[in-house]
Parts: sequence; C-alpha cells; structure tokens
Amino acid sequence: MTSPIEDVAASQAHADEQAEETRKPTRFAGLQRWWNGLARPQQWLVLGLVAVLLYALPLLNPPLLTTPGYDFPIVLCDMARFALVALGLNVVVGQAGLLDLGYIGFFAVGSYVAALWTSTDSTMVKIPYLATLPLAMIVTGFVGVVLGLPTLRLRGDYLAIVTLGFGEIIRLLATIIPALKGNTGFQNIGSPPGAWNGKPVFTITNGTPWFWLFLTVIIVVTLLLGNLERSRVGRAWIAIREDEDAAEVMGVPTFKFKLWAFTIGAAIGGLSGALFAGQIGFVNNQKFDVATSMLFIAAVVMGGAGNKFGAMIGGAIVAYLPYRFGFIADKKYLIFGVVLVMLMIFRPQGLFGARNHLLAYGRSIKRQAARLRRDARGDAALKEGA
Amino acid sequence: MLHALVAESWLTFHWSDFLSNFWNATFDGLTFGAIYALVALGYTLVYGVLNLINFAHSEVFIAGAYAVIFTLSGLGFGPSPPTLSPIAIIGDLLVALLAGALTSAIVALLVERIAYKPLRARNAPRLVFLITAIGMSFVIQYAFFLWRGAVAEPSVTMYQDKAIFIVFGSTIYLSQLIIVGAAVLMMVGIDQLIRRTRIGRGIRAVAQDPDTATLMGVNRERIIMTTFVIGGALAGAAALFYVMKVPQGVIYNGGFILGIKAFTAAVLGGIGNIRGALLGGLLLGMIGNYGAYLLGDAQWIDVVSFIVLVLVLMVRPDGILGSNLGKVRA
Repeated sequence: MTSPIEDVAASQAHADEQAEETRKPTRFAGLQRWWNGLARPQQWLVLGLVAVLLYALPLLNPPLLTTPGYDFPIVLCDMARFALVALGLNVVVGQAGLLDLGYIGFFAVGSYVAALWTSTDSTMVKIPYLATLPLAMIVTGFVGVVLGLPTLRLRGDYLAIVTLGFGEIIRLLATIIPALKGNTGFQNIGSPPGAWNGKPVFTITNGTPWFWLFLTVIIVVTLLLGNLERSRVGRAWIAIREDEDAAEVMGVPTFKFKLWAFTIGAAIGGLSGALFAGQIGFVNNQKFDVATSMLFIAAVVMGGAGNKFGAMIGGAIVAYLPYRFGFIADKKYLIFGVVLVMLMIFRPQGLFGARNHLLAYGRSIKRQAARLRRDARGDAALKEGA
Repeated sequence: MLHALVAESWLTFHWSDFLSNFWNATFDGLTFGAIYALVALGYTLVYGVLNLINFAHSEVFIAGAYAVIFTLSGLGFGPSPPTLSPIAIIGDLLVALLAGALTSAIVALLVERIAYKPLRARNAPRLVFLITAIGMSFVIQYAFFLWRGAVAEPSVTMYQDKAIFIVFGSTIYLSQLIIVGAAVLMMVGIDQLIRRTRIGRGIRAVAQDPDTATLMGVNRERIIMTTFVIGGALAGAAALFYVMKVPQGVIYNGGFILGIKAFTAAVLGGIGNIRGALLGGLLLGMIGNYGAYLLGDAQWIDVVSFIVLVLVLMVRPDGILGSNLGKVRA
C-alpha cells in the first residue's frame, strides 16, 4: 500500500524517464541535470551569485558584452526593461495562453501616469515618483479589467485584435487629447529621492542606479509571480492554457482567472512603463509604437512562453541585439518578425521551453521522482553486476 | 486630484460642426465604409473557413495599394489630373485594379502557404496561428518599410473629381458614386458566388464542417487557397478605391489601422457573414465620421471605431446580422 504522494512521485519519475528517452538531448541538458541535482539551499546560493553578478554588470562593463557607441548601463536598463515586460507578458501569453498584442498600450499608460503626476509640464497635483509606481499598476490594472471584461468571455482571437487595436489607440489618444501634449510631451519626470556626495543618485544620464532599481523590481516581481504560479491560481492558468473547456468542466472559473492573468500582466506592463518614464525623464507620443508590442511577443516566444526565466532572457536578448550589432537596428522589426514566424513553425516551445511537470505537491515531488529514478538505475546496475 | 484631472482639456464636443456637417459626414462615411467592407470580406471569408483572424490581411491590402500606385505612375499618372479621354482613363484604372487584385491575391496565397499551412499540418494550437499571423503581418509591413522607407508614396490623381448633384445641402462627388457603386457591385457578385457556384458551395461546406466536407469529396486545401485568393483579390480591389479616396495614404504601415477598422466592420455586421460585412462597413464608416466631426479631429475616426469594436463585443459579439458562413443558404 503506497501513499498517494508516492504514487504521484512514481508516475512523475516514469514521465521524466519517457521525456528523457523521447526528447533529443539539448545543449542545456547537462546544465539542467546539474541544476536539478542541487539541493535547495545550493540553488539559492547559485541564484544569489548570479544576482550579484548581474548587479555588478554596469560596473564591470565586460569587453565582449559591451556595446560600442552606446552607454552600457543605459543599454542594460533597456534590457532590464524588456525583461520586466517579458516577465509580465509571460503571465498573459505563457501562463494563461492569452494573446495580448497591445502590451505597449499598458506600458504607455504606465508611462503617462508617471508623467502626469510628476512632470513639471503637467498641471496636475504632484506626488513623489515612487508613489507613481503602485499608482501606475492600479491604473493599468483597471484599464486591463475594462478591456478584458468584454473580450475574455469570447474566443482568444477577439482578445488578440482588441489588444492590437488598443496598442495603437493609446498612441493616437496621446496625440489628439490636448491634456496629453502629443509630440511635445512631458519633460522633467520625477525620479526616486537620494543623493550621493551632494548629487542626486537617479539622473537620466546615469543608467547604473536605474538598472539596479529595475533589477530589484524584477527580482521582487519574479518571487511574487513564482509563488502565484505554484498556487491554485497558477494551476488554473495552465489548465486554461492547455484546454479551456476541460478546465471549465473541472470547475475552474476560467473567466475569472483569465481576467486575473490579463490584469496582472497589464499591471506589470504599467509598472515597467512608469520605470521607463522615470529613467529617460521624457515621455511623448513617439515612444509607444505598436510594433514594439511585436518585439515583446517575440521576446516571450523566443525565450519560451510559460518559462519566466526563459522569457526574461528572451526580453534581454531582443533589447540587446540591436545595440550590440548596430547594423540590424533599423531592420529589427523585420528580423524579429521572421524569427517569430520561424519559431512558431519549427520550434514553438522557444529556446528555453517550459518543462511539463506535475503541479500538485510542489517541488518535493520532483526530488522524490529523481530519487526513485536513481534507485531504479542503481537496482538495474546491481542486477547487471550479479 | 479630481479637480486637476478635470481642469485640463481632455475632450471637447463640437455639436454645431457635427450638425451642420451631418450629411456630408454621412456620404463621406459611406464611401470609406465601402472600402472597409471590401477589406472586411477578406477577414470574414478566412474566418468563416479557418476560424482564424488573418492579421496579415491588412498587409495583403497595402501590397495591393503599392501595386496600384506603381501601375498608375508607370502608366503616366501623376499628382495632377490626367488629360486623357474618359475611355482611356477607365482602361488604365481597370489595369490598375487588375494589378492590385493580382498582387494582393498572390501575397494572400503566399501568407497562407508559408505561415498557416505548416501549422495546420501539425494541428498546432490556436495561439500559435495567431502569433504567426501577427509575425507575418509585421514581416510584410517592415519589408515595405525597408524597401520604400518611412514616407508615403507620391500621390496619384486618377481623374478630375467633380460634383454630380446635391442632396440635403451636401454635394455628392463622382468619386463617392464610383467607390460605393463598385464596392456594392462586387459584394453582390461575391455573395452570389458563395451562394450559387460550385466554389461557393465548397467554401460553405468547409466552413460548416471541414471533416464532413472532406469526406464528401471537397478538397479542403484547395478551398482554403481559393478563399485566400478571393479575399486577397477583393482587398486589392479595395486598394484601388483607397488610393482614389486617399492618394497620399500609401505608406508601409498604412494598412494596419485600416485592417483593424475592416475587422471591426466584419464583427459589427457579424463575422463570417458576407452581407454583414457590407452593412458593418457602411455603418462603421458613418459612425467614425460622426465621431470625427463631433470631437473635432479626423484621427478620432480610429478611436471611435475601436470603441465600437469593444462595445459590439460587449453587447452583441455575433454582430448585427450574426450568422456565419456555413449557415448561408443557396
């Protein structure tokens, strides 16, 4: 008589075994095995080291990675911004399987929230810059609900085209509504407080502190989203992504959870928009081209929809390549468009595809399954020896 | 805080402008609506047969517009009205129409073969189709961008537009009659094609139930290709009227927003419904123009159209005529 957990572990071990047999060994297979073999504290230690390395990047300015002609810390900010956007979009596209083509719209709303409430060009009440970050999340989350309510009840296609329209409409509204100042835009957008040797820390010319802020926000958001993914909510999202009808039949309130995913994604988009506004210190209607939405989608899909680390890496790559290789800068939409189509046809899971694994019982089941397989291999070896 | 929000100027309504220009807006809106309707047919047909929004359809349209403008400037048309006889002009316009329709049909077919067929063969999830569709759309858009740059093509005047008669104090121009007349004629033709011919029967069969249609001997792949070609050709025809109405509008991303409006028209009339596309197009054209006059800027047309889309999806997602291609009776 085995306990349910043992049964589950055994079936996971079996599934892993099969997956390993059927899947072609990838370049990252060794890395993955090494990672899975580490104990939890060791994993945290490695992650901590990676984080320290990332924080040190703008100071190190490594020779091969550096971007000639562009200020490296500023490029890093851009990469971090794309990574944050990809992280948020991954909740919508990767986790819940909803296609949001107007993510730039939420990003723009977040930017304008920061601009309207902090810029000296705005006649509205001024609030501290850091207060605009949660405010931007609330406002964009609300916009997400307004867009999601009518469309999420329908098939996914409608959401795609409505969000696509939204991305373009926000830019138009910024042009034709007098209060949003069109091309003139808003200058002198606020920044976080703090001074070093009598000079303010956060300025538009120095990317390093902004990069650290971005990185900190990314880490916090990643931890929060990780918890969410391992909860009932995350399981509901994946169920919806894999088969919405089946999920509904199994009692998952699909509409509610789709709306949650869409809203959370929108709020993260708004957050990155507000950070962006502060970092570059200037917002006008030219910064929110709907084609950028396509870059965001490409980032998530390239990294591997459903895998938040993959998505972040994808985001960083998409932002980095045009800076590193200047000759592709004006062709980036074409190139990433082709990449998008090719990926969908030949490798839909992206570079770092999300691994299918059991969602119940959390991480312990993975370790138990790994132990079972080790034991099984040990038994087989013993038999051969005998 | 609220005071600060309200104190700035967000929206201003121009009621007197709107009322004095009402009929003008109506007739001009109908003209734009006819163009939307022709493009909307491409969305509707593909949606009916494949249950897929072909995001690249807006680029199929703009490819046709480029072909039209290249053909016309090749034939010697320029910014000033030509001094040819009416017969010669009509002949040249027919050549341009053909060039546009052919180019768009080829692009539509290429999109189908490159981007959708491999996925269909693999039975990929719907999300994958949509991502490829949007990817294709941007690939074509930015191919034009790299080729022709970020500027609009030099405008081409096809003929000297003139006032024909006056209705409700608003002048009706020759171009408006041509565009609405030709569009309605084409729509009737397509409607009859779908209802009466063998090809139409095949399209309806695949729209209704692809598996059963295949069992009954319908070549599904061929029907899909035919659908893309018909939709593409109509978009190419729409491109001629678009160039006629907006000569300075041929730019790499010029199809994008028009595509969204055409899709809105399709949804408004009932997606998958051919008569719905016409009705939706004409209605949307008028609504957009009313919004533009009321709010005092032509760019409001796009915003108003988008709001219409969201409202339709909220209130009546099946659209006004609300049926699909499969339910059309012969």
